[in-house]
Amino acid sequence: MSMQTLYQDLIIEHFKRPIGAGLREPFDVEVRHVNPTCGDELTLRVHLEGDKVADVSYDALGCSISVAASSVMADVVTGGTVSEAMQRYEDVRAMLQDRTGQPDPDKLGDAVAFAGVAKFPARVKCALLGWAAMRDALVQALDRTGESA
Amino acid sequence: MIEEGRGYDVESVREDFPILTRRVADDRPLVYLDSANTSQKPQAVVDAMSEHLLRHNANVARAVHQLGAEATQAFEDARADVARFIGASRPEEVIFTKNASEALNLVARVVGEPSDYSVGRGDEVVVTEMEHHSNLVPWQMLCRRVGTRLRWFGLTEEGRLDTAVGDIINELTKVVSLTYVSNALGTVNPVERIARRAHEVGALVVVDASQAVPQMPVNVSTLGADLVAFTGHKMCGPTGIGVLWGRYDLLAELPPFLGGGEMIETVTMQGSTYAPPPHRFEAGTPPIAEAVGLGAAVRYLERLGMENVAAHERRITAYALEALQQVPGLKIMGPSEMVDRGGAVSFTLDGVHPHDVAQVLDSLGIAVRAGHHCAKPVHQRFGIQASARMSPYLYTTTGEIDSLVKGLDHVQAFFGTSGGAR
Repeated sequence: MSMQTLYQDLIIEHFKRPIGAGLREPFDVEVRHVNPTCGDELTLRVHLEGDKVADVSYDALGCSISVAASSVMADVVTGGTVSEAMQRYEDVRAMLQDRTGQPDPDKLGDAVAFAGVAKFPARVKCALLGWAAMRDALVQALDRTGESA
Repeated sequence: MIEEGRGYDVESVREDFPILTRRVADDRPLVYLDSANTSQKPQAVVDAMSEHLLRHNANVARAVHQLGAEATQAFEDARADVARFIGASRPEEVIFTKNASEALNLVARVVGEPSDYSVGRGDEVVVTEMEHHSNLVPWQMLCRRVGTRLRWFGLTEEGRLDTAVGDIINELTKVVSLTYVSNALGTVNPVERIARRAHEVGALVVVDASQAVPQMPVNVSTLGADLVAFTGHKMCGPTGIGVLWGRYDLLAELPPFLGGGEMIETVTMQGSTYAPPPHRFEAGTPPIAEAVGLGAAVRYLERLGMENVAAHERRITAYALEALQQVPGLKIMGPSEMVDRGGAVSFTLDGVHPHDVAQVLDSLGIAVRAGHHCAKPVHQRFGIQASARMSPYLYTTTGEIDSLVKGLDHVQAFFGTSGGAR
């Protein structure tokens, strides 16, 4: 299978210049997610302002797919609402795991570049690491404020 | 010893492995360099298993009918084959397990039970920083369970055991468990020397020989170990079968591992007494066809000659070490010279994550492993998160190493990093 299917230019671009990289203050929740089979490590912080995802910052150690996915995730969800971020997580997960439907570029932004990853099952977990960490952090942040998504 | 590479016809060996004729990744020849993960299987092994299942299948050691007798004979013949192959003094020293992990867990479990060899609070268990998780985690679990202290030999920059620290093995040491050949670094450890020291203080010596038995002659009777674990699938055998070898007098003293059928002498509702080794440690229906396959695998290796297999491994590994060190930005983790070294070569490539290296190589039909190879502490020791690993075997050619090196050029060109062919 073509490597360009997997490594879209957009992915390589995000890998080389990740958006939102680096851990920042202030933050409400910090989570650490790892990929036990390959050792990818991600520390991620979220900062909420009311219903808004004010900041997502992260420190990602991993392959091009996982680093680029975190970059795209931060780009897509920062500035939106919490429920939008949760929905984007679900959209990406469905795109990668269920391979259902056509991803909507208006909503998913550069995340559509990851559609080809679904054809490489071993790499799906790389592409989901950042998204899963973000979702986990948002769930914890909501728990703390006693609100529901 | 046979002169390196002479009298060994790798092309005719390859004909024994049908999978090596496969074409993958848009009709490219398969270049399989992941044999430390699992080896490919020769036709003879598959044929032996298929013959057994289709013509002789029955359960072992309990059926009075003819097929039962044939299956029992085949299973015990396989035990004898393995015993001869590793130089055991008798077949009863060979215990069949599921894999090397189960063999090591068996040991770490039973030494925590009451016996002359029992490990408890105030004792120490010694491992090394280069262990595969299967020879580390079971000992961590034992130490947590019985309150024993875990100690370890660290590693030198070159990836060898740092044995300069004098008191790691001391009067408190009850078990020393170490790998013979590192799956991540390729290092061959001085097992005999460490075993001598361990025996001076009365400690048991356990050796994880998973990467050694497939690629070099191993004689358990002279190695200095009390217990040796290895697995079938890395030595041309099937998955689902491993081996624990132990000195018979020691095995006879150790308490059982799993309880169940076939491991008993007699059972009442009040209690049971246990069968002698090896059956004491083989509860339940064993992997029978897998044992038959492993028996065929060791006979196959004997036909090739383990000295020849080892000489081929050395020749290919030396060639690979030389060739890989010409790749700009490539760093080898572990010994870079062919001295006390096995075949696995782990490396990093500047600017490209090992997973991406493996992915692009895969698109060229080249199979390597990426990650921490179940040896995370080794990677932590060298300050890296993961590595790519190429591991040859008795069917690997120098041409395949050339393909790997060319593939790495392609990887670098793809990711636009230094040194690649642009």
